[in-house]
Amino acid sequence: MPGTRGPVPVPLEAKSQNLTQEILDLLDTKEPLQTNEDFPAISQAEIKAALDRLASRSMVEYKSLDSERILLTAESEGIVEHGSHELKVWKAVKERGSIPIKELPSIVGAESASVGQGNGFKNKWIKKDGDAIVLVETEEPKDTNRDLLKGIKDSQSLDDAKLLAQLRKKKLVTVTKVITYTVTKGTKYAKDIPVEHTDLTVDLLASGAWETANFKPYNFAALGANQDAGALHPLNKVRQEFRNIFFSQGFVEMPTGHYVDTGFWNFDALFVPQQHPARDMQDTFFVSYPPKADKPRLDAASEAVMDRMEAGSRRLFAKPEDEKKEKKPRDFEKYWDDVKKVHQDGAFGSIGYRYPWEEDESLRLVLRTHTTAVSTWALHRLAEDPRPARYFSIDRVFRNETVDATHLAEFHQIEGVIADFDLTLGGLQRFLVDFFTNMGISNLRFKPAYNPYTEPSMEIFGYHAGLKRWLEIGNSGMFRPEMLEPMGLPKDMRVYGFGLSLERPTMMKYGVSNIRELLGHKVDLSWIREQPAVRFDKE
Amino acid sequence: MPTIAVDKAALYKELGKEYTTKEFDELCFEFGIELDEDTSESTKPEDQNQPAQLKIEIPANRYDMLCFEGIVMNLKVFLEQQQLPKWTVNAPKGGELQVLNIKPETKQIRELCSGVILRGITFTQERYDSFIALQDKLHANLARQRTLVSIGTHDLDTVKGPFSYEALPPEEIKFIPLKQDKEMNGKQLMEFYEKDKHLGRFLHIIRDSPVYPVIYDSNRTVLSLPPIINGEHSKVKVSTKNVFIEITATDKTKLEIVNHMLVAMFAAYAESIEPIKINSPHNGESREAPDLSPRQMQAEVKYLNDVTGLNLSPEEISKLLSKMGHDVTPSKSDANILDVSVPITRADILHQADIMEDYAIAYGFNKLPQVFPNKTAAVSAPLPINKLSDIVRLETAASGWTEVMPLILCSHEENFEWLNRKDDGKSAIKLANPKTAEYQLVRTSLLPGLLKTINSNKHHSVPMKIFEVSDIGVVDLEQERKSRNERHFAAAVMGKTSGFEQVHGLLDRLMLMLRSAFLTREDGLKNEKLQGYWIEEVDDPTFLAGHSAAIRINLGGKNHTIGVFGILHPSVLQKFELPYPVSTLEFNLEVFL
Repeated sequence: MPGTRGPVPVPLEAKSQNLTQEILDLLDTKEPLQTNEDFPAISQAEIKAALDRLASRSMVEYKSLDSERILLTAESEGIVEHGSHELKVWKAVKERGSIPIKELPSIVGAESASVGQGNGFKNKWIKKDGDAIVLVETEEPKDTNRDLLKGIKDSQSLDDAKLLAQLRKKKLVTVTKVITYTVTKGTKYAKDIPVEHTDLTVDLLASGAWETANFKPYNFAALGANQDAGALHPLNKVRQEFRNIFFSQGFVEMPTGHYVDTGFWNFDALFVPQQHPARDMQDTFFVSYPPKADKPRLDAASEAVMDRMEAGSRRLFAKPEDEKKEKKPRDFEKYWDDVKKVHQDGAFGSIGYRYPWEEDESLRLVLRTHTTAVSTWALHRLAEDPRPARYFSIDRVFRNETVDATHLAEFHQIEGVIADFDLTLGGLQRFLVDFFTNMGISNLRFKPAYNPYTEPSMEIFGYHAGLKRWLEIGNSGMFRPEMLEPMGLPKDMRVYGFGLSLERPTMMKYGVSNIRELLGHKVDLSWIREQPAVRFDKE
Repeated sequence: MPTIAVDKAALYKELGKEYTTKEFDELCFEFGIELDEDTSESTKPEDQNQPAQLKIEIPANRYDMLCFEGIVMNLKVFLEQQQLPKWTVNAPKGGELQVLNIKPETKQIRELCSGVILRGITFTQERYDSFIALQDKLHANLARQRTLVSIGTHDLDTVKGPFSYEALPPEEIKFIPLKQDKEMNGKQLMEFYEKDKHLGRFLHIIRDSPVYPVIYDSNRTVLSLPPIINGEHSKVKVSTKNVFIEITATDKTKLEIVNHMLVAMFAAYAESIEPIKINSPHNGESREAPDLSPRQMQAEVKYLNDVTGLNLSPEEISKLLSKMGHDVTPSKSDANILDVSVPITRADILHQADIMEDYAIAYGFNKLPQVFPNKTAAVSAPLPINKLSDIVRLETAASGWTEVMPLILCSHEENFEWLNRKDDGKSAIKLANPKTAEYQLVRTSLLPGLLKTINSNKHHSVPMKIFEVSDIGVVDLEQERKSRNERHFAAAVMGKTSGFEQVHGLLDRLMLMLRSAFLTREDGLKNEKLQGYWIEEVDDPTFLAGHSAAIRINLGGKNHTIGVFGILHPSVLQKFELPYPVSTLEFNLEVFL
């Protein structure tokens, strides 16, 4: 009963005997005790429990002795009582003079008939006469088998190992291990067990009894009480650690509150051509209802929340001349036309992809395949007043993947964007080295890669000390002029972008090999509760 | 990204060096391709039983490395063992070009056609195999499974120009397709290849069209039925000397890219590249093809140096860029300008940003000066809804509930029928192309995920108390994206008793933390100025009758219903296969912003 506290009666009841008390009583007159002799009827487990109870209070000391004991089986008990099978057969034949072999089982039983007949022939007590059995030995023979078993029964031992093995094989005896105890008085031996307290209680405090109270020793080898604790999901714990890194570096968290985005924001504005394989039915979830998006336009709710978040930086970096600076409002129509132009005909110093750009393809609704769609929106907004800015987001993205141990149709993308004037590629590398050092990966190298919306594009490889090899841990690059200039951002403003999945570093951190054990409804609740806190700075 | 398998010994022979796998991996890494596998290190019997191969991943926009020849060429140029070849076309001895006439009817189905002739080519079995494999790779990647471009190659000596590109009703087109021995018409051909694993997937491109594209020679021999198959008659063999390549397309840019790639990769085995004369007056596409002249563009020295953080002279930059196949000369008139000849192989070069990247690759990404400009500091800010969510998450976990993260996508019945909810057809975002019924729509409630999570954890002891703070999606036709997310809080408890007072208590606790006072219903309805929340019994088929309550709130003089809690209806438990009573709580967090 959990929660029971205070003085409790210690005696351990066994078969209505007060065993602990009996042990104490007997020790008073007889020392040492041999439990097998003094308490033959009590099971070893019960004896042990009682002795442990007393020994833990130093009232007794005991030593255990292991020995083997040979016991008869039910069959051999029967032999001891009624004689061996062969003797039974001999007696039956003697009584009747002659027994047809066929009828023997019905007279002495099937078991005695088969074993007893064979042994009787071998001992030359009986013999076959045609189809019948007749006596050879007319006087009752000495029943050696029965005598042997009787002897074993009395001594519970047998010195002849070969014979013992034979009897075990015939299933006439079994061997059991027996533990007996030799018990002597302990340093605190007394005839009575003093009342013990398991805990300090308010009553003991109030009465002052705690001063003389006898406290039950605490089991320092066991775990403490279960806390029935609530828990945060490990993936969100890692997410928080990443958010903290971003916050420490001055990033503003982008409003990512729409799983559905348009072909325009998710692809076209990012200079992903309309025939790009990423826009295949195989890779992207398309929305069947609602059927079609509007052209890009101002989104009041997202504007308001960005204004609110950027108020801090506006205040801090305010300069007198800012008041005179004219904000140029976004021209969504021009943006739309320029995106079309840069794909279809080329513009802003690019020859473009030179294909007929379809408006309908751009207005298709998709489940966003990356949160870079939101970064694009934020950068377009930045073009109203181009200034240094840092944005990040960590949110769910969707891919029409076949689900397996490393792929789910949804996962979290960590995305960071830094806009500033005159940024260099080496500066991005430096930033990433710093960023990943914060999460415990300090050895990085960069591989040239291809991505439709960044140029240069770099895959980030980190050295995994455990696996002793380089692992791809993220993607990065500088956004293409074809993406930035249609937004109205000035040519000398450059923008870093980098991203990684939240699941992958979490799987590495927690040693999870199947992503379905991390995200989704199949995650084990005990696992969630038992994962330690995430401390990038500590690991 | 395409992966190309090349013969290891042959590649190292061409590169003039026996690389260790590690050395070659380094070379690939610096150049921006990736060594995926060296089969000599494989333990699979099928790999050990054949000459060692290197499997190399190629960036999706480098069509000039989709075959052995291209990889060798680009690596040798990068290693400065050779210059990139300069490709030129040559008319045949007589000066008379082969002619391809394009009929206006082709406009209905596959309007564009181009081609080239490789004269005096010497194939070996390896070269021939590579030639076929390259076409497959181009079809799969750049040509988007032959929809945009498809290639047909022919033994020129088996056919006779002028050639004619036409569009005819399927029944009128009769020929023996490649590798077959009996003649069939267009319609029969569609049926014949219906079940073909390889070709079957291309049939849809033309099948339902009233006319099919077809190329004839002057004897009305069918060369090919693009984009499906060539004719057996003009098949290219290892012994073929003169190859006629015809390319049909719906995309003009990609048409010529494909032509350029085939020429650049295989011209080295031929005596000359011979152009063809295309007559296509109806759409203004008459010309001689291909045009192999490099594209001239300019790049700014300052831009290249600024973005890479380097400071090299125009001459040094030019030298580095030649490792990437560019022919660059500093402009005579402007010290800041480089005149760049972009070879036909580099279709990926669109902007001087691409030249800048090549400059950085040639210099070495990992040798660039790593300096982060210390010019600006920024002021961070969390997204308000995430900050609010974190408050609620922490308070709920502190109350002894466990956070879970189910999926956003779910099936229609989990979101509606199983919860005894009706789909009005206007609120849920539905998906057009899910691979499984598990992903039919964006959840409109957090309940399905919570209940599925409990279902997968049935082996644990009860009570089980879980929660989630995350977004649901709803249709909102006012929005540009016709939909928006909404941040919800939801919790569920399963135990031997219903747990109704548990979710109720959790609601009270969260409202306390969100500074919303508890009101009685009468007070709430009577006094509009009183801010706070109250609950009202509601009739909701998700819940057991008489055991569900709407959560009402007065914020700034406005009343909202933000959610509902209650004991789940036994039929809901049955659908989600939950053995014990379950109570749930769900409400919209956004009103607390």
